[in-house]
Amino acid sequence: MATTKKYWKSTAQLDDSNEIVKNLEQNEFASPIPSDEFLGNDEAMESSSTSRRDFLKYVGFSTAAASLAACEGPVIYSVPYVNQPEQIIPGMANYYATTIANGYDFASILVKTREGRPIKIESNKDAMYRGHANARVHASVLSLYDNNRLKTPMIKGVESNWEEFDKQVANQLTSLNGKELVVLSQTFASPSMNKIFSQLKGKYSNVRVVTYDAVGEEAALAAFEARYGSRALADYDFIDAETIVSIGADFVGDWQGGGFDKGYAKSRVPKNGKMSQHIQYESNLSLSGSNADRRYPVTPTEQKNIIAALYSKIVGGGANVSLSDKVAKSVEQTAISLKRAGSKAVVLCGIPDQAAHQLTIAINEALRSTIVDTDAPILTRQGNRSSVDALVKDMNAGKVGAIFIAGVDPVYSYDDSDAFAKALEKVALRVSFASSMNATAEKCNYVATTPHYLESWGDTEIKKGHVYLTQPTINPIFKTRQLQDTLLKWSGSTESYKDFLKDTSAAAGSSWNQSLQDGFYKTSVVVSESGEDVEREVISNSAALSAMASAKKPSGYELTLYTKTGLGDGVMANNPWLQELPDPITRTTWDNYVTISQVDAEKVGVVNENVANGALDGTYVTVTLDGVQRKLPALIQPGQAAGTIGIALGYGQTAAIQEEMQTGVNAYPFYKNGVAVQTVSVKDAGGTHEFACTQLQNTMMGRDIIRETDLETYRTGNKDNFNPMPEVSLNHVETPVTSPDVDLWESFDRSVGHHFNMSIDLNACTGCGACVIACHAENNVPVVGKTEVRKSRDMHWLRIDRYYSSEDSFEADEAKKDGFDGLFGDNGSLGGFGELEVPADNPQVAFQPVMCQHCNHAPCETVCPVAASSHGRQGQNHMAYNRCVGTRYCANNCPYKVRRFNWFLYNGNDEFDYHMNNDLGRMVINPDVTVRSRGVMEKCSLCMQMTQMTILEAKKDGRMIKDGEFATACSNACSSGAITFGDINDKESEIFKVKQQDRMYHLLEEVGTEPNVMYQVKVRNV
Amino acid sequence: MLAFVFVTLGSISVYGQDATTSEGEPAAPVEATSGGDATLGEALFKANCASCHKLYKKAVGPALFQVSQRHDREWLYSWIKNSTALIATGDAEAVAIYNEFNQSNMNAFPQLSNTDIDNIIAYTDTEKPTPTDDTAVGQAGAGDVSGGSSISNNIILGALAVVLLLLVVLLIVVNKTLKRFAEANGIQTEFEKEERTPIWKAFVQNQFLVLVTAIFLLLASAYFAYGALMSVGVDQGYAPVQPIHYSHRIHAGSNEIDCKYCHSSARESKHSGIPSLNVCMNCHKSIGEVADATYKEGIDEYGIDYNKEIQKLYAATGWDSDEQKFVGEESPVRWVRIHNLPDLAYFNHAQHVTAGKIACQTCHGPVEEMEVMYQYSPLTMGWCINCHRETNVDLQGNGYYEQIHKELSEARGGRQLTIADLGGLECGKCHY
Repeated sequence: MATTKKYWKSTAQLDDSNEIVKNLEQNEFASPIPSDEFLGNDEAMESSSTSRRDFLKYVGFSTAAASLAACEGPVIYSVPYVNQPEQIIPGMANYYATTIANGYDFASILVKTREGRPIKIESNKDAMYRGHANARVHASVLSLYDNNRLKTPMIKGVESNWEEFDKQVANQLTSLNGKELVVLSQTFASPSMNKIFSQLKGKYSNVRVVTYDAVGEEAALAAFEARYGSRALADYDFIDAETIVSIGADFVGDWQGGGFDKGYAKSRVPKNGKMSQHIQYESNLSLSGSNADRRYPVTPTEQKNIIAALYSKIVGGGANVSLSDKVAKSVEQTAISLKRAGSKAVVLCGIPDQAAHQLTIAINEALRSTIVDTDAPILTRQGNRSSVDALVKDMNAGKVGAIFIAGVDPVYSYDDSDAFAKALEKVALRVSFASSMNATAEKCNYVATTPHYLESWGDTEIKKGHVYLTQPTINPIFKTRQLQDTLLKWSGSTESYKDFLKDTSAAAGSSWNQSLQDGFYKTSVVVSESGEDVEREVISNSAALSAMASAKKPSGYELTLYTKTGLGDGVMANNPWLQELPDPITRTTWDNYVTISQVDAEKVGVVNENVANGALDGTYVTVTLDGVQRKLPALIQPGQAAGTIGIALGYGQTAAIQEEMQTGVNAYPFYKNGVAVQTVSVKDAGGTHEFACTQLQNTMMGRDIIRETDLETYRTGNKDNFNPMPEVSLNHVETPVTSPDVDLWESFDRSVGHHFNMSIDLNACTGCGACVIACHAENNVPVVGKTEVRKSRDMHWLRIDRYYSSEDSFEADEAKKDGFDGLFGDNGSLGGFGELEVPADNPQVAFQPVMCQHCNHAPCETVCPVAASSHGRQGQNHMAYNRCVGTRYCANNCPYKVRRFNWFLYNGNDEFDYHMNNDLGRMVINPDVTVRSRGVMEKCSLCMQMTQMTILEAKKDGRMIKDGEFATACSNACSSGAITFGDINDKESEIFKVKQQDRMYHLLEEVGTEPNVMYQVKVRNV
Repeated sequence: MLAFVFVTLGSISVYGQDATTSEGEPAAPVEATSGGDATLGEALFKANCASCHKLYKKAVGPALFQVSQRHDREWLYSWIKNSTALIATGDAEAVAIYNEFNQSNMNAFPQLSNTDIDNIIAYTDTEKPTPTDDTAVGQAGAGDVSGGSSISNNIILGALAVVLLLLVVLLIVVNKTLKRFAEANGIQTEFEKEERTPIWKAFVQNQFLVLVTAIFLLLASAYFAYGALMSVGVDQGYAPVQPIHYSHRIHAGSNEIDCKYCHSSARESKHSGIPSLNVCMNCHKSIGEVADATYKEGIDEYGIDYNKEIQKLYAATGWDSDEQKFVGEESPVRWVRIHNLPDLAYFNHAQHVTAGKIACQTCHGPVEEMEVMYQYSPLTMGWCINCHRETNVDLQGNGYYEQIHKELSEARGGRQLTIADLGGLECGKCHY
């Protein structure tokens, strides 16, 4: 259909004489394409001496020339000391004994320094007590090089200097007008600190010291004080224990400050057919519950009832307790085994209730337990909530003129932090003694920046009569000053804190140099008295009993707050090693969450599912307590008692925390009055949370990856019953896999020199994770971040696998698997294996540290196309990083899945902004171990650098190597003695003896890889 | 013949200088006033006094030139024999000196007799000789040849050139003469050449030869190309300019200081360690200037003023040589590192020096001859491995190897063992 309509394209068309319009109308489609303009004319091209080929040649040549020129090495400078300190030899490590006392962790340690910078924490094995470091203490060296630390004192948020700072504070202190000066501090348990406080009291008339623990032990302290008269905690040494009954106490973890795992692990290794029996009643699945022989998931209320029932059975009193049949029966059995063990038995209590602790003390006294030590109690928890509450009131009332806040962060960790912050603002002079701008420091007008403990002096009476010294291992990196120095100065003393400390220890009768070298001294002088004097409530045992017996289950969920092996109370939240340390039970990193039982998950509507790449997703829930509402992801936890949930403290910090490390949700608002058990309501909040777990397979599916037996079977002494050698058929004859007849490989000759072996005793391993962090520090293992962990790209050279049983026990799993008959039906393997993947409601739990097994017949070595992985005569499987081209064949061929691939460059890469991306953080790197680059495979080397160093030391001295000299980072870190390392060519060595034990087996022995790492069968005393 | 004469003379002159300028102290003592023997005195001075005193410059103690004019001779006897006792008597002169020098006591020398002291005093009265005199004396000793060694070398070369030129001219002249003789005698000197295929054409026509040559050339170029590529990143011969010109030749060579005196951590640690400046100051506190001959040598041969270099050390350590005190600010020296192994290779000095008993020179070359330190060895992995393959290990005398030695010698019938036999070729021994 024709049309005469004219479509106007622009107003310019109205003007007929417009040249441009005319031109466009005639020449709308310009042709041909003016390629000449782009390419030039052909003639010119042809006559030119530079063709396209030539051009490419030039490009090629100049690239090659430039890269060749770049091959010339850069100029590297070496700057020696002007005056070299006598004890420093460049390239050699020095060790100093010191003590960590950050208010949560207290331990005597050795600090390894290289060229004057601390790079690793080791246990102080000579310390009589608390001489071993847990995962947090091992990681604390990285916090020294934390980029978020304050670098100078701060006045009203502005960087300042100490003269100005002292002047301003002194001015304000003179104008207190009779108002109170309050020192709100962590537990110091420090003899010298107490003296400083009294000096301060001498200078300023109206001084009050308030001690505050973010995570406290108020109930236990009150009960101990009521019975023994001093505000302290009983000490326990489990080494001789026969029966250990724990009611809600995670004593293998952080209960009452932790540190009991060493003795406990010793008692767990069967000797002469005997080992301790451990019975655990708890609501959250804790480290202790995982290690227990028998574990009963019970609610906190039931725990109270159980205490009452036990008390009635052992001490008497005849309380009427209503318990479920199963629990009642177990309590009866427990009472019998407690009585049988008598003085070698002990009951532990983790219920945050003074009455429960009083009953526990009475039970232990009735048993005449020798496991409990009340004469020299532990002094590392002295916090007092009621004093803090009173302080908040006084601050609101305007009675407080100045407050010094030292070592604690109440604006973050106090349950009603808003109220605290508001009250704090009513104080005129607010001085925070902190090393970073934490939530409390932000609210203070002065921050007296303190150094890290590795830059400080100090003393701590961890246990009565045992004083541990802290000494600096590096010059202060920033313009910081210790709390003690500052307080001494402000109280008019001219003495330095170091001299003051010297005098204090001299007064206690110790030799300064000797104590400093050892890291501790013993004294009979009573030094650390609590600074406070508060009226205590006294309850009679009968009243306590009836209170416990009549405890009734509340309506709603019973929440038990706990602390994780990684973050603890949250002091070191800005530490990427700890953030990436998997929780030993849930194997989750970079997170906290609500742990909930399968039954309740179904009630609430919580779903956990694995997505396509295997990673775990979970729904959110809302937890409400008296108007406090928090939305957290929920993780279905096998072993969680029905009707209870658990949340970890220490997460959700934002102040002075790098963005990547601002993980999880702050659970302190639920920690009302410092009581860890609360009644809350839980509702489904929908949504999907992405967890980052390092282990997604929960069960062993009836295989014998971890070999287990019970004490009874083990006592028979018949190895075939509990530790049979796998066999293969050779000419229809069953032959052990270790027989040379079924071996495809030529054996290496290892008879001369050293042959290293490592043994891991699954009975002693508690799963604490100290070895994992020690391995990170020793071997420069990079941190990859949450999203990469979720993609299973974690770089941990050493992992601690955790397995749940699918039936009630691992034995039952195996029986079920062996009973499969055909594919379908009730006993069919198709459905059966599916069932075996699901953990039980109250599963048995087992831990297994797995690192490179250093196979003598290593599958990884044969598949490497460039021979980057090769075998050493000392038994180690070597990995030459610079030779590796990254085919990853080795990782695919490794049956243990211990090889780790560098998907990215993890150092000096802004995408991975952790300690290896800044100059300060890089100071922690061990100079003896290569920092790996992108595209290469890496794995455990059995700490080759350490064994080589031991050998060299012996060569230099011209002597043989004694047993016990060889060590790896993990074997050094293992306080429980689960990891033994040594030379099996030395027939007198411990490792040689351990290898001959009938509990010894190799992981996946049937594969025939002949690993140099061995395991000891786990024995349960059920 | 002429050249030989020149060479001999030149070398004599060089030796002559060395012989006379090895000492920086005055060469010809002038007879002193008190009748002591200055020559005997010099020996005594060097044995007893020189560690703290210099003649013309303040050191730990005062400069001793003309000390006899400043103090009474009897006073000097008692001071030298037991200065502490003299100070104790409250002698004003003695106390003044004691206070001036930071109240540090001078050692007592009761073994010196008054005659000895006279001799020493005679020596201290010798005037400071001027450097020009010194050279004159040196030349006089060597026989009357003008110019120093550098000049004589030039003369020798010039003479040689002249001689060669003469020889060429002679040859041409002889050749011409012979030809003339031949022509005169009718002997044919130029022969008719046969028509032959030129050799290059013959070569081109022979395909076998071409093939062989081509293969040869290809292989040769591949060989050299490989060598060139393999030397990429190898800094053999790297001799950077250092912030302080430090001469290993003087320290390790002339003065025979043990390498491990300064590089002491080589015995203990993986690093040989660049010595900290306090080690330098152990000696250089009292050595503020080099001997005149050494000084001259530095200027002439290397264009380096050694004394200025020592001043740089003083500036870095904050040493005031007049006050004999560390007063200034310390400023660490940024040395340019010469031997750089990549981070992926672990090397330990103690393993090689203490356990392996290998001389430093094995890898670092003739350091005692190096005026400027340079990288002697390629430091490539092939070089390491080669040595590990070839070097026999001395297992005896080291307790660590006892057991290993017993077992290995049984297994291998007493054959000498190399490091490779002990696992020294395994990747993981150096790469972890």
